[in-house]
Amino acid sequence: MTELLNSLFGPFYGNMIGLLLSATQWTIYLSLAAFIGGGLLGLMLTVLKISPLKPLRWFATAYIWLFQSIPLLMLLFLLGLGIPVFFQIDVPAWLAAGTALTLFTSAYMSEVWRGALESIPQGQWEAGKAVGLTFIQNLWWIIAPQALRIATPSTVGFMIQVIKGTSMAYIIDYNDLMRWGKKIANSQLDGAEPFIVFPIVALIYFCLCFPLSLWSKHLEKKMVLT
Amino acid sequence: MSKWYDDFQVLKDIDLSVAFGERIVICGPSGSGKSTLIRCLNHLEEHQKGSITVNDISLSPGMKNPEKVRREVGMVFQSFNLFPHLTILENCMLPQQRALKRTKAEAREIGMRFLERVKIPEQSDKYPRQLSGGQQQRVAIARALCMEPKIMLFDEPTSALDPEMVSEVLDTMIELAESGMTMLCVTHEMGFARKVADRVIFMDAGKIVESSDPEAFFSNPQHPRTKEFLGQIL
Ligand SMILES: Nc1ncnc2c1ncn2[C@@H]1O[C@H](COP(=O)(O)OP(=O)(O)OP(=O)(O)O)[C@@H](O)[C@H]1O
Ligand SMILES: [Mg+2]
Repeated sequence: MTELLNSLFGPFYGNMIGLLLSATQWTIYLSLAAFIGGGLLGLMLTVLKISPLKPLRWFATAYIWLFQSIPLLMLLFLLGLGIPVFFQIDVPAWLAAGTALTLFTSAYMSEVWRGALESIPQGQWEAGKAVGLTFIQNLWWIIAPQALRIATPSTVGFMIQVIKGTSMAYIIDYNDLMRWGKKIANSQLDGAEPFIVFPIVALIYFCLCFPLSLWSKHLEKKMVLT
Repeated sequence: MSKWYDDFQVLKDIDLSVAFGERIVICGPSGSGKSTLIRCLNHLEEHQKGSITVNDISLSPGMKNPEKVRREVGMVFQSFNLFPHLTILENCMLPQQRALKRTKAEAREIGMRFLERVKIPEQSDKYPRQLSGGQQQRVAIARALCMEPKIMLFDEPTSALDPEMVSEVLDTMIELAESGMTMLCVTHEMGFARKVADRVIFMDAGKIVESSDPEAFFSNPQHPRTKEFLGQIL
């Protein structure tokens, strides 16, 4: 890999790009963690939000409200800098960043999914009930499969927001693509000026996000057709 | 039995008993509570006062297992409400597999049997949106029959259909009536009422104001509201 990069871009830029690419893996891990963690948590919130029990619905509503109203940057500060100082504990950057993004993702995803569930006509619920399905069976076999198709394009679209969101984690010293880009840009080396490094960093983010964007568009089109 | 939506009383002291095998047509002006009444019978709506007993199951507000009664009572809606993500045959199979725990093979066989009965077995692999309204409504009837219900409820099954498709659905319902099914149909198809109904019930403002056999109902309505209503639709 290093050799390939060196032969393509020369030793200086080959090295730089190699560093940035290896930092990119941490961006990817953080995105995946946020997405899986946030997805699972978001799913639970969605179920709470439509459950017949009022206190559960209130809890979910309050949670979603809270984490949709706090800027991601603020969450990162709170978890990565606030809590460690306040409780005198050591919170590793990856844990703080992962938690902050998970909270952020779960609140947004559950709103998207709830919206999709609510867009399924009442008649579908009624038809499911009328043939003797229980609430859970109805949700699982009739409503959720239809909602899933509606929600998939925006879910994939939101993955892009998550990836871009991870770039803020540099602020609590998480070693991702953004942080390495900043480090290199600050290195004062000739040829590593910000106006050279940041476009490369941006290009790497683009390469991560663009396929998802295409995929989301494709899913959307497919949904219109069926 | 009585029912309220907040302060508004939709059903007022409804007193109705239906014998096994009886075919009842319910009609009346819009907003008179016809849909609400039959939706109370499978607990899609709750009543607040009085009692409802369906096949010896007594329905009560907030009851634990409404599924139990719903498995014995089939319902056909005005807007078909087929499951769009499932094929015609799957529409008929899924409720059997989940609510009655039938095996896939059983469910398929019974599903096909009822699709044949409503005369669309050849559409079984298509999706609902590929079918005409009349065909969709017949599938909805087949889906309900697959549960082998003791009672069938129909809520204006033909009023969302283009006129040329009404008769295919009515023919299916007539055939069902002749097979001895207990049926309660909200409909304004008076030809159907004449042909199959044992009793025609006329509702107005949440009350049953008239209930008689079709002959008497059409030729000699008692209540002025019934006369007015029949004058409008006949
Ligand atoms: N969910 C609801 N909340 C409040 N009021 C309702 C609700 N559903 C129905 N109603 C009211 O109850 C009354 C009876 O409604 P229902 O649908 O039973 O009438 P209907 O006889 O079936 O009329 P239509 O011929 O238009 O179908 C109407 O006045 C309606 O506005
Ligand atoms: Mg109605």
